[in-house]
Parts: sequence; structure tokens; C-alpha cells
Amino acid sequence: MANKHPRAPLDYLNMPAMKAWLAGVFIFLYTPLLILILFSFNDSKANIVWKGFTLKWYVKAFENTQLREALLNSLLIAGVCTIISVVLGALMAFVFWRFKFPFKGPLESGMSLPIVVPEICFGVAVLMFFAKLNFPNDLPYPFNLTQIILAHVTFAFPFVAIVVRARLEGFNQELEAAALDLGATPYQAFRDVIIPHMKPGLIAGALLAFTLSLDDFVITFFASGPGTITFPVKVYSMVRFSVTPEVNAASTIIIVITVIATVLALRAQSATSAKAN
Amino acid sequence: MSDRDTIIRVEEVTKRYGKVTAVDRVTLEIPRGEFFALLGPSGCGKTTLLRMLAGFEMPTEGKIFIDGVDMSSIPPNKRPVNMVFQSYAVFPHMTVFENVAYGLKFDNVPKSEQYGRVMAALADVKLDHLAERKPDQMSGGQRQRVALARALVKKPKVLLLDEPLSALDAKLREAMRFELAELQDKVGITFVMVTHDQDEALAMACRCAVMDRGKLMQTATPSNLYEFPANKFVADFIGSVNLFEGTLQVDLPDHAIVHSEELGGQIYFDHGVSGASGEKMWVGIRPEKIELLKREEGSNPPTPEDAPPGCNVAAGTIRQISYLGSESIYEIDLINDRRMQVSRPNLSRWDQEDFTWGDDVWLRWHGDSPVLLQS
Repeated sequence: MANKHPRAPLDYLNMPAMKAWLAGVFIFLYTPLLILILFSFNDSKANIVWKGFTLKWYVKAFENTQLREALLNSLLIAGVCTIISVVLGALMAFVFWRFKFPFKGPLESGMSLPIVVPEICFGVAVLMFFAKLNFPNDLPYPFNLTQIILAHVTFAFPFVAIVVRARLEGFNQELEAAALDLGATPYQAFRDVIIPHMKPGLIAGALLAFTLSLDDFVITFFASGPGTITFPVKVYSMVRFSVTPEVNAASTIIIVITVIATVLALRAQSATSAKAN
Repeated sequence: MSDRDTIIRVEEVTKRYGKVTAVDRVTLEIPRGEFFALLGPSGCGKTTLLRMLAGFEMPTEGKIFIDGVDMSSIPPNKRPVNMVFQSYAVFPHMTVFENVAYGLKFDNVPKSEQYGRVMAALADVKLDHLAERKPDQMSGGQRQRVALARALVKKPKVLLLDEPLSALDAKLREAMRFELAELQDKVGITFVMVTHDQDEALAMACRCAVMDRGKLMQTATPSNLYEFPANKFVADFIGSVNLFEGTLQVDLPDHAIVHSEELGGQIYFDHGVSGASGEKMWVGIRPEKIELLKREEGSNPPTPEDAPPGCNVAAGTIRQISYLGSESIYEIDLINDRRMQVSRPNLSRWDQEDFTWGDDVWLRWHGDSPVLLQS
């Protein structure tokens, strides 16, 4: 088909080559995932040839008590980690945004340290930390997950802080002054004006914290005790024997959970940011 | 206290930020029910003074009384004043109704009464039909009305307005001037407005305080500011003025004469001025108070000494003309290279054709037109 519209200099997507490149990127990104999902429905023990549709691997994964336990652990850890990370991250962002204090610059740069330090180093550090602390690892469920939750919070809350900090940068300080002027106490002004402004940042940060915690393997591996296993760690141990479609099925479930969470969070975020602007 | 009671009293207030003095020993009284303007160039301290009235800044020295109460230890949320912010600061996540109702919850207004008061405030600013709108669906002018209603619904003793018209476009700004003045008349609340726009201040305020570099220069009615400025700064800041340096030579009860090297002669005043003879002074003449007359080519330029009785005369050449429709402004080069500005109303549709670039002209102004400024 002839292109009737002349191309403007910045109208890149109108170039066939560019479209092909874009398609290539998407194929490269999503093919492995699609294959993983597809073969979770394959009626064969080997992950190689398509033999027919079945749901038996999902049934099998569901009947695998250890896998189910690991999934529940992961969701619980991710949930608690998200709540703590959002509170800590938001407070940290607020403090750096609002106040001036000595060593603020270095401290603010240090905020992103847990993000840039290689996970493996972080994992070892966490292991040594808990060992030095003689942290009890025989607590009853669900308190035996404390170490993992603490480890996850350490690397997840800086993400929340960075997102919320960026959001606060665009805050019109006169809004807070207006609330005070209308009779609100400083706390009421914070609750009624600043928190609603932070909300899209809080949601995005929560989503980040949740997914980071849910799929973390390296740090969890070092922080987990004998009786505690998370989903990624369990999948890893299953794959060590053989990659069965059961693993595919379990992974598909995680993908679905993550996608749903992302869609909900994005939707909430776009709704609030449309109002906020 | 006088029969018109005072709502705001500012006593010797100074505000310093480190070594910078933003407000320098300002003393001010604003009577109840007045539309008062704080006027000055940016950085003159007017906004700092307004923020001290609202309670967002505390004076370094001096005291502020609102309705007789010392405000020193009273935070913004406990003061009987409300503010319309420069950015309007309308809460984006609330509807118009919620915005206006926000301040009422802190006044313990019963829920049943809130609805009526919010709608009445919205009606005052002609927004009652948009109560359920979100701010992002409104124009700048409408958002400003929300900010006004939100402040007025609390029935404050004083309404503070920070550059209320600066963000509006020219046409709307002019309409809002009248509307704000009318609204003030209707609600009867004292308005204190900060502005850098002299037209705005002159058009709306009962009285204006002109500030410069933290100091109060003059407080007066708009016409007194314009016709009887207290000093060079006020004369120059309010409107346009031709300023000449000179020395007082004759100072009698019925007339005075100032010798001005700059103007190349003497300036006659048809009234006495009180000032020490021989002192250095300035004479200010407004452009519209000078008459522009054609001068015959080749005729001898007159000196100020040959002016008709009671008048002053100068000769020059038209250098620049700016035609503004209702009037034209002429830049005149005087014989001694001094430049002078004269404005002339275009009363008939052909008036602007009377003069053109390079014309030799006479300037004539009456002895009661110039003002003598001592500082």
C-alpha cells in the first residue's frame, strides 16, 4: 500500500523499517513467555513437542503441597514487604523533600545504594547480618518468614522512595499553605493534600515493591532458613531435576498474578494522576 | 481609635532572611471594610508582608494586630484571615463543592448548614452551576473564582489576595478588576491585595501602599499617589513621569521657582512649596499634563523665561511616536538633548496626523502641573 501521507521528520513510526524493528523487539521480548505458557497446556511430559491440550499440569501443580506452600509464602512475604516498604519509602521521600539537614546530599545518594549493589553481595551481607545477630530461625509460622521479609524490605523500599520523591517534586507548595490557611492543622494538611498528591507514586511504588519481592531469588536464597521456601526458590529446586510442564503451569500462574496486579495498579495510577493534574 | 476602626495594624515590622532585609520597619493601618493594595516592583517585600499577615512568615521584629489581637503566636490555621493564592491552589483531587466546603469543617459548621453556605459562596462568584466539576475541567478564571469562594465562605475578617489577576489574559483581567471590586463591595470584607501592576492597584483599591526594597514609600488613595507622589520612586513607579533635577530659587506663598540645569532654565510653580532654598530637588511632570504645540520653522526657540504668565515652556523636536489608539505618546528631544515624554489624547479620528517625526514643537505646561519632590 502506498503511503499517502508524507512523513514528517519525527514521524518515525511511519517508516516500514521502523515498524519491522518494533515488531522484532516485541517478538524477542514475548516469545519465550508465550512458549512457556503454551507448553503449560501440553499433554506430554517433555517440553519439546506439542501433543494436545490439557489442564492436568495445573491440577498437578495445585496438588503439589510444597509448591502451594511456597506460593502462599511468597504472596504473604510480598504483601507484608509492600506495606512496610510503602510506609518507609514514602516517609523517606517526604523527609528528603521537605527538610534541610546536614549530609542530606550524600544520604540522598545513599538511598539508592541497595538498588545498585549486586544482589549476590547483598544476599551474602544479609546472611552474615542475620548470623551475627544470632537471629532465631526456628520461629513458628508465619514468623519464620521475618528474615526474608526484612531482607526484601531493605531492597524494595528505596524503589518506593525514589518514585514518591519524583512525584513530590511536582507538588505546588501553595496547596499545603492553602489547607493551613483554611484551618487545617499541619497533620490534616498532610493527610488531605499531600497524601492525595503522592498517591500515584505510592501505587506505583507498591507495585514495584510487590513484584520485586515476589520474584526475588538471590537474596531470598541467602535469607531463607531451613523451613522457609518461597516460590522462586521452589521452582529453582524443581528445575534442577527436570523442567516439567508442572513448572510451566506454576510460572504461568505467577505471570497472571503479576499482570493482573500491574494492570490494576496502572489503572489506579492513571485515574488518580488524571485527577491530580 | 478613630470612628473608622482599624482591622489590621502593622507596627514597625521587620523581616530579615539572614543578611537580607525583606521588610524594613513597616508601619501600616488598614480600616475595616477597605480594599487595600500593596504595590511595588518584584522583590520589594510586599508578598513577604502579605505572608506575615497570613501567618506563613513571622516578623523578625515588630507586631501585627488583626482586629486588635496580637498575631505573634497564632499559626495560619487559627487566624481570622483567608488567602487567594497566586496559583489559586485549588485542590485538584476535590470537586469545586468539596474545595469550598473544605475550610468549613474546621469551623464546626453543622453539615446541614454547610451545603447552603457553600452554594451561596459559589453563587457570589457565579459558579453555582459548576459545583460538581473537577478543577482540571475548568479555565484559569474559573479556578480563581473557586479560590475566592473557598476563602470567602469562611467569612474571614480579612481576605488576602496574592497577585490575583497576574495569571489571567488581558481581557479577562480587566473584567475581573470590576468584578473583584464589586464583590468586595457586596461582601463588605476587608481585602488586602498584593500586586506589581499599578493599573490594577489604582483601578481597584481604596488605598494603596507603595513599597520599595522593603520600605514603605507612601500610603495614599490612588489619585493622591498619582497627583501628589511623596518621592521620586512613587512618581516614577505610578504611571510615567518626566523628572528634572533642580534647585529651589524662589519659595513664596503664591509661587515658587526651581532652577533646573537639565531643563535649561527655570520651572515655575503657581503655588508655594515648603522646602529649604538652595536644596537639590526634583521636579516631576506627567506626560499628559504637557501641551504639544507646533513651532514655526526658523523661529527662535523660546526660553522658559518667555513663557506666558503662570506657564512653563520648552522647545524640542519629535523623536519617537508611539500610537496607542486612544492616545499617542511623543518622545521629544529638548534643545539641550534632554528627552521628555508627552502624551496627547486622540480626541478626533485625525488627531494623530497633527504631528510627525522631526516636527519642531513647543511644550507648554501650567504652573500647577509639576510636582516638587525632595527625595
